[in-house]
Amino acid sequence: MSYHNPPTPPRKSATFDDATLAEIRRAAATGIYDIRGGGTKRKVPHFDDLLFLGASISRYPLEGYREKCETSVVLGTRFAKKPIELKIPITVAGMSFGALSGPAKEALGRGATIAGTSTTTGDGGMTDEERGHSQKLVYQYLPSRYGMNPRDLRRADAIEVVVGQGAKPGGGGMLLGQKISDRVAEMRTLPKGIDQRSACRHPDWTGPDDLEIKILELREITDWEKPIYVKVGGARPYYDTALAVKAGADVVVLDGMQGGTAATQDVFIENVGMPTLACIRPAVQALQDLGMHRKVQLIVSGGIRSGADVAKALALGADAVSIGTAALAAIGDNDPKWEEEYRKLGSTAGAYDDWHEGRDPAGITTQDPELASRLDPEVSGRRLANYLKVMTLEAQTIARACGKNHLHNLEPEDLCALTMEAAAMAQVPLAGTSWYPGKGGF
Amino acid sequence: MTVFDLSSATLRDLNSALHAIADGANDTEFEVVNPRGSHAVAVGIAKPVSVEVHGSVGYYCAGMNDGGTVTVHGSAGPGVAENMMSGTVVIEGDASQYAGATGRGGLLVIKGNAASRCGISMKGIDIVVHGSIGHMSAFMGQSGHLVVLGDAGDALGDSLYEAKLFVRGTVKSLGADCIEKEMRPEHIAKLGELLDKAGVTDVRPEEFKRYGSARKLYNFNIDNADAY
Repeated sequence: MSYHNPPTPPRKSATFDDATLAEIRRAAATGIYDIRGGGTKRKVPHFDDLLFLGASISRYPLEGYREKCETSVVLGTRFAKKPIELKIPITVAGMSFGALSGPAKEALGRGATIAGTSTTTGDGGMTDEERGHSQKLVYQYLPSRYGMNPRDLRRADAIEVVVGQGAKPGGGGMLLGQKISDRVAEMRTLPKGIDQRSACRHPDWTGPDDLEIKILELREITDWEKPIYVKVGGARPYYDTALAVKAGADVVVLDGMQGGTAATQDVFIENVGMPTLACIRPAVQALQDLGMHRKVQLIVSGGIRSGADVAKALALGADAVSIGTAALAAIGDNDPKWEEEYRKLGSTAGAYDDWHEGRDPAGITTQDPELASRLDPEVSGRRLANYLKVMTLEAQTIARACGKNHLHNLEPEDLCALTMEAAAMAQVPLAGTSWYPGKGGF
Repeated sequence: MTVFDLSSATLRDLNSALHAIADGANDTEFEVVNPRGSHAVAVGIAKPVSVEVHGSVGYYCAGMNDGGTVTVHGSAGPGVAENMMSGTVVIEGDASQYAGATGRGGLLVIKGNAASRCGISMKGIDIVVHGSIGHMSAFMGQSGHLVVLGDAGDALGDSLYEAKLFVRGTVKSLGADCIEKEMRPEHIAKLGELLDKAGVTDVRPEEFKRYGSARKLYNFNIDNADAY
């Protein structure tokens, strides 16, 4: 009698799942790592894992719509003669002309200006359109120094020395040949059509002692007028924050791994850096240990989507937040109205991330004039302003419910955590307890 | 001639005076004494002023110079004339790392030697070094000319774009994608012009070799990955 092995349902491997196998086949077929835009797509502990407690008998709330809840923030109060005053604690993060189309950059400037906040240049220099439409413009000082010049330094409202970003701490910029148009090539002093891979570290300083001298030079060039930010990716937030303060920063910008990029290797985005939630408390601790909390402002970015996220970041000690991916979504990125075209590109609305290819149907991550013309900067700017205002109202709603008359009065005590991981990272109690991992008395 | 003695005046006094020059001003000559290795001396010049520095300076002397003429009668620390836009910077002694980094225009003359990463990420500046240069010089150089009368260290011109390199002495090694190229008549002419501008009179352009980009790494190819 022969042995009969009864059929079993097909079972796929959890280790070699469909996405993993597809990536192995893609790598074997193309010989190049996957390059894409955006931030991490993996699920990591985030602000969703925190809740506000709200008011109760021991805390009384403020009346919505009647009692004031302030939202303003001043950035650069430590050394700069001309600090930046913003109406809302939500800024627009650095994104380059080159990675983004001209109309998209204009829309970001228009939207930020209507909402009373700042926008930021990127790895490609400052355009006249961007300066013209941004009432408050932060000029990034990057390792590549593309488009860097003293005239633009002087007409900026602040300078952001970029050491790293959350999507790729330790990595440099990347702009593939499809997007190196004549104008982008001229601004970056590069041959048209090459694959531009910019440096991962600055060409003329290494380490915190050099950074201190570099900041001195930038201050001298701009007559100590401009706030100087230092932006770091979420890697070692306690020490990076402390060293940025030591080097003389007015503002520290801390970008977690959900923060986006125009283009880099998927393996980098998904495997390097820390979640935003894990970065905030160590950075705030560093500022407090140095007696510099609220004197050197902390801007947190990476996965900020709503007023709740804004309120949670501020409650954990940030002075402001910054948005990139969400701002692009607000002006039309990944809008389902382009679904047919996303499908032609092998993607779908909500998942399109081949920003480096320059074929964005929404006209945002492209240098193709025809695609770029799809984006109306005035309409999109208004959309961004609406979104920023909604986020602000949401954050105010939560702050009033916690009895706070300024968003900056939110505090960790207003929060609890839904998971052990979030409790440990945010150092707020697990819901229903008075304990978080790492706290004594367990 | 306005004199700043940095043993008593502050760096801020000096740089703010240089920035306050009005268009068409007559008093455009400055002298700096006792720099004592100060950082950021004469940075952000935006007018055609002349600054004579007597002594050695620290980091970033003449940083982002745009139209000024700065002469250092001594040696310079790291990043001298970084991101220069236009004008002339002359170092009578030696220069430390990153001399002329990311410079976009103007002329940097170093009469002694320059350390590593001379001309890193250069974007249009012309650099003439009378002595030798250290390793990784002209790394990712995009545009401009680097002229070296002496020798070059390891990995010259690594990941070079379109900067043109001329070396009279030996090159210890070439970096990724940097190769020796033919000296054509236009290169001889340009080199002669640069040597003239830098005050070099006893050297002929024909004594130099030219190095530039092989352009093999301009677009990604997996079979070139071992070049990095």
